[in-house]
Amino acid sequence: MQPKKTLPEMQATAKKMRREIIEMIGAAGSGHPGGSLSAVEILVTLYFDVMRHDPANPKWADRDRFILSKGHAAPVLYCAMAEAGYTPIDQLNTLRKMGSIYQGHPDVRFLPTLEASTGSLGEGVSLAMGMGFAARLNGSPSRTYVLLGDGEIQEGQVWESAMFGSFHKADNVVAIVDYNQIQLDGFVKDIMEVAPVADKWRAFGWHTIELDGHNIPVLQAAFKEAAETKGKPTAIVAHTVKGKGVSFMENNPKFHGTAPTPQEVKLALQELQ
Amino acid sequence: MTPTKPKFELKLGMATREAFGKALVTAGRQNKDIVVLDADLSKSTYTSLFHHEFPDRFVSCGIAEADMVAIAGGLAYAGKIPVASSFSCFLMNKGFEQLRVAVAYPKLNAKFVGTHSGISIGEDGPSQMSIEETGLACSLPGFVVISPADEVAATALVLAAIAHVGPVFIRTGRMKAPVIYAADQKFEIGKAIEVIDGSDVTVIATGLLLAEAIRAQEALDAEGVSVRVVDIHTVKPIDREAIRRAAQDTGAIVVAEEHLVDGGLGVRVAQVVAETQPCPMEFVGIHDTYAESATPEQLLDKYGLIARDVIAAVRRVLARKKK
Repeated sequence: MQPKKTLPEMQATAKKMRREIIEMIGAAGSGHPGGSLSAVEILVTLYFDVMRHDPANPKWADRDRFILSKGHAAPVLYCAMAEAGYTPIDQLNTLRKMGSIYQGHPDVRFLPTLEASTGSLGEGVSLAMGMGFAARLNGSPSRTYVLLGDGEIQEGQVWESAMFGSFHKADNVVAIVDYNQIQLDGFVKDIMEVAPVADKWRAFGWHTIELDGHNIPVLQAAFKEAAETKGKPTAIVAHTVKGKGVSFMENNPKFHGTAPTPQEVKLALQELQ
Repeated sequence: MTPTKPKFELKLGMATREAFGKALVTAGRQNKDIVVLDADLSKSTYTSLFHHEFPDRFVSCGIAEADMVAIAGGLAYAGKIPVASSFSCFLMNKGFEQLRVAVAYPKLNAKFVGTHSGISIGEDGPSQMSIEETGLACSLPGFVVISPADEVAATALVLAAIAHVGPVFIRTGRMKAPVIYAADQKFEIGKAIEVIDGSDVTVIATGLLLAEAIRAQEALDAEGVSVRVVDIHTVKPIDREAIRRAAQDTGAIVVAEEHLVDGGLGVRVAQVVAETQPCPMEFVGIHDTYAESATPEQLLDKYGLIARDVIAAVRRVLARKKK
């Protein structure tokens, strides 16, 4: 099983992953830095503390699973998997290149240790429900975590599966909304308001927790609370900053889907020392 | 003419959807990994039979087909064999994006069964009719697409689909279907069945139109026209050799299906004919229109999907065939 990291180790890994995200997207010349940087602490907490998984035995039947429903944030997932030992760190800069295991969006054909191919928004919670249902049938302790974007929850399928989750008492599934307030075309509130997000999940019958998505101890406590919540799935509404950690990317819609220039990469890496 | 030509009574049997529901129970007894998903139509799709016997392995999804298809994907990722069913139109149209990204793209071992295919559902009308799903299903890379003609075929092919590792779509109908096959007929995915041999022309049919093709053959045979009838029960992967042989042996082909001609079996057969053994072809199917409410019999008559229409197509293609 993956050994757990201490808080200082996780904070250091988070900073390292931010640098890797900037470098790999910079090398690719395209990609989605903003929503990768906003989710770093969420993935670090899951991969290095909360989830029961084993990079040496990736298909262990009882492992916990992670689905990146907001598939465009693939860089943050690739960095977490590489740091955990699933995949080579030294190939991260092949992101989006022909033949790379690090495809533009997660693709199990190229990276079989991924839990799911994603990229078309709105499908991840449904996939998690299927995995959770299978775990229950198998009497397995496996838990499934799924990360959604805040813009993504505009997709109707999310609410179909939200309804499914409470009806089927899917207490082995946790959905995390990366609530960074920005989507491709601009601020979420200007495209299609999703607020009040927590109230929506609560109304759909989920145990709901709102928190600071960059605070690792707070995330740890929330995942513990989710595991102890029986009879309903848990939704964690994680307030985050798009582009977190790089001053000129923070809260800047431009960096939803624009790669940093070589000069911007240099500046960003200086800030992330 | 051979005196030993098979005789078809074409007595009405089960609808192919009912045969599916029963075969699913058989499969469920043999394999504990089968999980059945439903979107509030289990009484119509006959998955209620599975629900009754295996309540723990039945997943009620509500009227949410997109969610159902992706949940099936999640089950398949976790090693289960999901079988999701609904009316073909809802399953394939509302679930298409999920079939694409959550099932076909990772090439998962999941099965999808559409019932109430074609216009022979009758009175409910076009919003419930599925006339485009063969084309949609065939456009999903890696999918096997099956269209059984009767209860024997449906039973055998549902079991074959579950034994096959990979994504499968099966098209079934609402109406009781004439029984064509003997109970011990063998079916192999991807292998067409030459139901009747003949030398002047071949009618390639699938689903409900196979019985009409047989009726047409019997009428034409009485006039001295020798008609080969081939059942393409697997539309994808298609049996290229059976098609090539039909083109070579008979030099004229009619394709008959209860589906839009655009994107249907006919265009797939035509591709193989063009690539292997070009010959004149005619198409019996629905031509660029939606149907309406009426009895199934009235609709099949009005939209040109009965033996009469197969006979007319045979006459047209024979007129074009080089002497």
